[in-house]
Amino acid sequence: MNNNNNIPRRDFLLGGLLGTAALVEGCSEPKNPFAQDEVVLTGEKVKLLSVDGQIIEIDRAFLKPVPDVPHLSNAEERQGVAGKKFIMVIDLARCKNLKKCQSACNHMHQVHPGQNWIKVLGMEDADHTAPYWQPTTCMHCDEPPCVKVCPVDATFKRQDGIVLIDSDRCIGCRFCMAACPYSTRVFNWEEPVLTQEVAEQPYSCETSMPQKKGTVGKCDFCPDMTRKGELPHCVSACPNGVFMFGDLNEDSVTNGAETFRFSDLIKDRAGYRLMEDLGTKPSVYYLPPVNRNFPYEAGLENENSEETKK
Amino acid sequence: MNTSSNDKQITDDLMPQKFSKSGMIWVGILSTICVIGAYAYYRQLRYGLGVTSMRDYVSWGIYISNFVFFVAISLVGSLITAIFRLANVAWSTPLTRIAEIIAVSAITFASLIIIVDMGRPERLYNLFAHGRLQSPIAWDVIVITTYLFISLFLLYVPLLPDLKIMNQQKNKNSAWQNKIYIFLGSFWKGNSEQVKISDKIINILCIMIIPVAFCIHTVTSWLFATTYRPGWDSTNFGAYFISGAFLVGAGGVIVAMYVFRKHYHLEKYITELHFEKMGRIAVMLSLIYLYFNINEYLVPAFKMKKSEAAHLAELFTGEFSIMFWFAIMVGMIIPIFIMLFKKGRKPLPMFITGIMIVVGAWFKRYLIVTPTLLHPFLPMQNVPDNYKHYFPSWEEWAITMGSLAGALLIVTFFVRIFPIIPIHETITEQNEKDHSK
Repeated sequence: MNNNNNIPRRDFLLGGLLGTAALVEGCSEPKNPFAQDEVVLTGEKVKLLSVDGQIIEIDRAFLKPVPDVPHLSNAEERQGVAGKKFIMVIDLARCKNLKKCQSACNHMHQVHPGQNWIKVLGMEDADHTAPYWQPTTCMHCDEPPCVKVCPVDATFKRQDGIVLIDSDRCIGCRFCMAACPYSTRVFNWEEPVLTQEVAEQPYSCETSMPQKKGTVGKCDFCPDMTRKGELPHCVSACPNGVFMFGDLNEDSVTNGAETFRFSDLIKDRAGYRLMEDLGTKPSVYYLPPVNRNFPYEAGLENENSEETKK
Repeated sequence: MNTSSNDKQITDDLMPQKFSKSGMIWVGILSTICVIGAYAYYRQLRYGLGVTSMRDYVSWGIYISNFVFFVAISLVGSLITAIFRLANVAWSTPLTRIAEIIAVSAITFASLIIIVDMGRPERLYNLFAHGRLQSPIAWDVIVITTYLFISLFLLYVPLLPDLKIMNQQKNKNSAWQNKIYIFLGSFWKGNSEQVKISDKIINILCIMIIPVAFCIHTVTSWLFATTYRPGWDSTNFGAYFISGAFLVGAGGVIVAMYVFRKHYHLEKYITELHFEKMGRIAVMLSLIYLYFNINEYLVPAFKMKKSEAAHLAELFTGEFSIMFWFAIMVGMIIPIFIMLFKKGRKPLPMFITGIMIVVGAWFKRYLIVTPTLLHPFLPMQNVPDNYKHYFPSWEEWAITMGSLAGALLIVTFFVRIFPIIPIHETITEQNEKDHSK
């Protein structure tokens, strides 16, 4: 809970160099590492079982929720989970353009109204070819063009394959947005609309929240969820099991209900990646829209009338 | 006796003059535009980049095209000062300072406008605290800073003999002017040792500035060419940008030459010969730029790859076609035809041509940046309708116009304080000419 107190040494030194103004800010509330937590007693007692088996009573004011993810330093968040290589498989034969992935993602990350980290694109590659619905996330490329061009290391590639953004460092030059061929990145053009709870929580690259004005955001593969061993929000929100998430090293992916051997799935279903010719080496694989569960037209109900195919 | 009276005449002609009435109005208008721009920037700082019309697809707008324009026009400093000097082009002497102050003011505002484009300008120091050399932005920061300092020195060192002349005529200047002259140039005695050092410095700077000038615009073109996008993904970009930059810079100098000549009655110093010569150079530069434009557009248009096709169609016949053909015709082809004729290289037609080149070049930069962003690889869907179009908001126009006005203000104030045509060099050349007779 004391995330703010862990001022990285480098930042602290830099703050010192930048002069007293920064130093004063660093020591004022709520960042003061020496301040005692003020507890106002409520008078209401709660019975608890202590570690050695005794029943004890404490004031309700001392009860604090235990964070479900241990606090990680910025350096740990930048490193990622050792031994993992996260991948996603998107089965186009199952997508009906319900956009549940999108709404779950927007809700959980409090994406600015109108913007989306996940887009479900109505694709038609050419005249006389079959249209299909294509959910599009960040590709978490192994050769990420966005990371190449970032001048301040604000967007980076982790050892577990995830490409993240550090909104505390991003200078808002938007070079990464120009560099990304998948147009996956969005920018916080205005002050983000956040619930108070999120606005008050300390920033983390893994939750990508709270988002910050003047910085870039994008699909992050929900590393806070995967660290807990849970699936990203889009995967669990999809009722049709379109998204499968997993670890390349374990050679398995799952949508929650079904689990597949990744290599078999790709081999049997002729999986492919987007824009292979660019050499970006995405971590997101697509299964072609053959033997579909739904006709393309079934997805049109959910499409705004003003949005047409390419 | 004759020479010294001649010298005095030259000095009197070229001394900086107080603003006339029209000069005051000019400064007033420019300052007003700057103030409006500053207010627009205040709004942008307060409400975020949301006050602009840029959105997720068009994430770079006129700020970036204006930045490219400024970097482009600043290249002229290296052309006229350095390349001409190293090539022993004698007639360019009266133009060197004009070119150099245009370079300095343009590159200053290029740096400012790129900060305006940042979402978090207060984090600029991250470029140094966390800078990564692999990013073309880091290269741009390095070369633009280098170019700014070399240009400042190239403006300053040749100014020293003139500062001495100004210091000798204290009674003719206002007190604040004398303070500036003393601060900047009181150490300059003009003895042979100092002249030797200064000549050496100028020579070194002239050689240094040429590769740096090529770097600033090549790196600026790489901000685009290092991406995959149709219209930017081009190996032609570096040369294409540099040729365009020399052209717009030459256009800027031609306009400035005409204005200074007219306003300060410098007909004796900026002669018709200068317009004639600059005209010939501008024709050559236009032809080179046209050549790179043909490479840039017609080769992809021959193939019409899917990703390029939509972009090119939009430029040639679509939404941007009027602006595209305006920029090509007014910025290149019509100027070539005007300046090919001897009558076209007279001062007034040259002035008009210069304006055409500069205006055409500004729109050309807009066309390089924006249409490409409206043609991403994946279709523009799942976004509000205003994300699919771009027309700059009033704040963007105000800031852009403010930056252009600010660059002109720097030039204007410079001319108010310092002689825009090098006095000392003009006198020396005059005397050499007399002697050879």
